[in-house]
Amino acid sequence: MRLLVHLILFSSLSLAVFTLNASSQSEMLTDTCVACHGENGNSLGPAIPNLGGMTRNYLLGAMLAFKYGENDQLNAAIESDQDLEDVEAFARKSTIMARIAKGYSDEEIKIIADHFSEQELFVSQQEVNLIKAKSGEKLHEKYCANCHENRGTSSEGDTGVLAGQWRPYFLWTMADYLDGSREMPKKMKIKLKKMVKVSGIESLDLLANYYASVIP
Amino acid sequence: MRNLRRRHFLKFGSASLIAGASAISMPNIVLGAVRKVVIIGGGAGGTIAAKYLKKSDPLIEVTLIESDKTYNTCFMSNEVIGGGRKIESLNHGYDGLKNRGVNVVHDTASAIDIDRNTVLTTSGDRFEYDRLIVSPGISFKMDDIDGYDSVAAKVMPHAWKAGAQTSLLRKQLLAMDDGGLVILAPPANPFRCPPGPYERVCQIAHYLKRYKPRSKILVIDSKDKFSKQALFMQGWEARYKGMIDWIPGTETGGGVTSVDSAKMVVSTDFDDFNPDVANIIPPQQAGDIALLSGLSDSSGWCPVHLGTFESKIHKGIHIIGDASMANGMPKSAYAANSQAKVCAAAVLASLNETEMPEPSYVNTCYSLVAPDYGISIAAVYRLSEDQSEIKSMSGGLTAIDASADTLQREVQYAYSWYDNIVADMFT
Repeated sequence: MRLLVHLILFSSLSLAVFTLNASSQSEMLTDTCVACHGENGNSLGPAIPNLGGMTRNYLLGAMLAFKYGENDQLNAAIESDQDLEDVEAFARKSTIMARIAKGYSDEEIKIIADHFSEQELFVSQQEVNLIKAKSGEKLHEKYCANCHENRGTSSEGDTGVLAGQWRPYFLWTMADYLDGSREMPKKMKIKLKKMVKVSGIESLDLLANYYASVIP
Repeated sequence: MRNLRRRHFLKFGSASLIAGASAISMPNIVLGAVRKVVIIGGGAGGTIAAKYLKKSDPLIEVTLIESDKTYNTCFMSNEVIGGGRKIESLNHGYDGLKNRGVNVVHDTASAIDIDRNTVLTTSGDRFEYDRLIVSPGISFKMDDIDGYDSVAAKVMPHAWKAGAQTSLLRKQLLAMDDGGLVILAPPANPFRCPPGPYERVCQIAHYLKRYKPRSKILVIDSKDKFSKQALFMQGWEARYKGMIDWIPGTETGGGVTSVDSAKMVVSTDFDDFNPDVANIIPPQQAGDIALLSGLSDSSGWCPVHLGTFESKIHKGIHIIGDASMANGMPKSAYAANSQAKVCAAAVLASLNETEMPEPSYVNTCYSLVAPDYGISIAAVYRLSEDQSEIKSMSGGLTAIDASADTLQREVQYAYSWYDNIVADMFT
């Protein structure tokens, strides 16, 4: 598609008609994210997360969670808008994103979520301990694969995408889930707690290595 | 997963290609006249304006005039001064932009011939433009502090433009004996990077605490308040207790008024000080080319229409970044980045005679108090109804009771921001 667009652009010079160069509202809203999250949400790290490969509902859930802060307000916002009826979200802790998300209207957040839902999963270049990754793979298959399908690359069912994500971000997120400062879906809570109980807290590092090693 | 950036076209409404053509100034395009945008300044604003114009419309000829063959970011340079980062990591080249089709010219813009829509350079070249974007950064008001000029700056560095000045300040700190006195003199508002001097205090304190713990830092401020003040002071107390003394402007009659760089004396109206290292950050104004070209007003900064960054003085010329009076936004790299994107959209719309989308702006500034302790300020903005202000819609600072874990994460996010913003600028 991109090649076709370029062909049209270059041939238009002789056709002298127009240029497909309108800067859009979507770009206006999402170009500002690039300075932290990278082009197309492909972050160069070491920690700010990649934004590609996730569904619209997941991204909406995340941004609205940052924006509304508390579950009551979050759920009220979701329930009052038919366009958001499939969004499942839980209030989220953040360092900076709450301050950012609050600056956008829900309509703007939809545009932002639309944009990033169209971006491909990006695999960050990271050091991986392959032995740990192998153990992590087994843990993934046992505890995570039911929801985080296809080696953690899938966002099917509006799950977060794990493959290729920056390791510090993954580990911090898991720490937040485990200490209760971030809520997880019930199914996940059961699996995660079981994993930590059976395999210890080190299991998170094994998982982190696994996800960092996955090539989609 | 599809790899398409679906383009949502403008509000001018028509989905058909032919209808779109009627909005374009036909004669120019029919004759194949190339639209030219010249950009002066290859820093945080200029690189982004160049890249995003070229991305949006590859047919526009974009020329970027930048004196230096490589760029040293002033942002993150405090970490070099503190010793946690090598200066090479601040250095970036222009090949990425060249590969995107930007005509990068390493020369100095010496004048703007407003009547002929032409930029003149010191080597005698001339660049015609349909639109001009000026992103020259700052220049120093060298006459404000008696005795502080470019010669004095070689002894008492400002290090407020990165590169040789950064290395100089670092070297001086390395050479200083334990028990020495470092003086920082931050300027009055407005100036480039409001939290910068105070982050520098942290970085210097971090170095001194480890290697020269009997040393002291004295901050002789021109102001009575500063950016992220409560957070910085909390950090100073927590990590560098007893090392830092900050004096507000009212107590000194307005900060440093004169220096003697030969004798290493720094003076206020009431007192003389004998520092071992003096970091004097003079008051600032727009970069030279903006002043020379009549783009600035009596404040020394450039008044602009806030939705387009077009000069209020000369039509067809846009000013972005530190040099602009972007009322409501701080003078920061992220702000310049954001303004450049709005400006590019405005220039594009102007050249194509179409409507630009409603502007949206963001600023995020990280400050590194210590290697595991970061703080931030962030905001999302919109143009106010009456267009007089770039109005913050949300935002704020790191919480004053943020956990140690949060403060540690902010450092890693700061490093991520750095790597992503320079990639945005240079790749």
